[in-house]
Amino acid sequence: MVEVGLFHYLTLAAILFVIGVFGIFLNRKNIIVILMSIELMLLAVNINFVAFSAHHGDLHGQVFSMFILTVAAAEAAIGLAILVTFFRNKGQILVDDLSELKG
Amino acid sequence: MIAEAVFYIFACILIFSSLLVITARNPVHSVLFLILCFFNAAGLFVLLGAEFIGMILAIVYVGAVAVLFLFVVMMLDVDFVGLRKGVMKYVPLGLVVGGLLLAELGFLYFAWAPAEGASLTLAAEPTGLEKSNTHALGSMIYTQYILPFQVSGLVLLVAMIGAITLTLRHRPGVRRQNISKQIKTQPQDAVELVKVETGAGV
Repeated sequence: MVEVGLFHYLTLAAILFVIGVFGIFLNRKNIIVILMSIELMLLAVNINFVAFSAHHGDLHGQVFSMFILTVAAAEAAIGLAILVTFFRNKGQILVDDLSELKG
Repeated sequence: MIAEAVFYIFACILIFSSLLVITARNPVHSVLFLILCFFNAAGLFVLLGAEFIGMILAIVYVGAVAVLFLFVVMMLDVDFVGLRKGVMKYVPLGLVVGGLLLAELGFLYFAWAPAEGASLTLAAEPTGLEKSNTHALGSMIYTQYILPFQVSGLVLLVAMIGAITLTLRHRPGVRRQNISKQIKTQPQDAVELVKVETGAGV
């Protein structure tokens, strides 16, 4: 068991990001799981930021990670609100019908 | 030694539960595994010495965002079985894209060499100061990053207003409270004094 360093965290974040991308392809119809996959990808990016921040002994990465958390929370709230409105109007949440969201 | 073991435990649970997020049949289970993911990532952040981000992740993400997901999944009466149809059709494409991305990231890691004299071990104390992580982060946010911090608050405000206006609806036939009408009511509008004759009804 080697000492856990930067590479371990970067590898973990890369695997997590790829799982998020794979989730978007896998659940192509289900927009709720697509939103969750986006959350996973943002989490991977955050792990990268915090790992580099700890690696360089520099706090700017953690500050930026906090901003990412803020924007991700806003994105999730707006996305779910749009989803609720869409469900009210259409009765289902197929991704293919989302192209009707114009104007 | 213990830190290594803790890292591997957190990392394994994180990857396993994130796989279950995207493959679970029931979206409620997906959200619950997402919560497990966030908890493990928070543990990793604490291990890295970023306690504040870890706690933010546990409180804000698990407490607010993941619960918001849970509410929406449980509130919408969606035919999730129908949504699962044809999932296997996209597995090859997803595997190809994911494999390509992973290979590219792998190439990047192997091609990347740290600078001369830079060590690859993680600094135990991110700041190198005697302040705690939260203290140092706070003194940075409220001085150097005050404007982006305020703007991120505005982003949250806009998101809140947007979510409310998107989901608010006025259904017909529902009795609503008219507060200004209530406040403007005068005693003479509401109460009528009647002189009642003795022995006669009103």
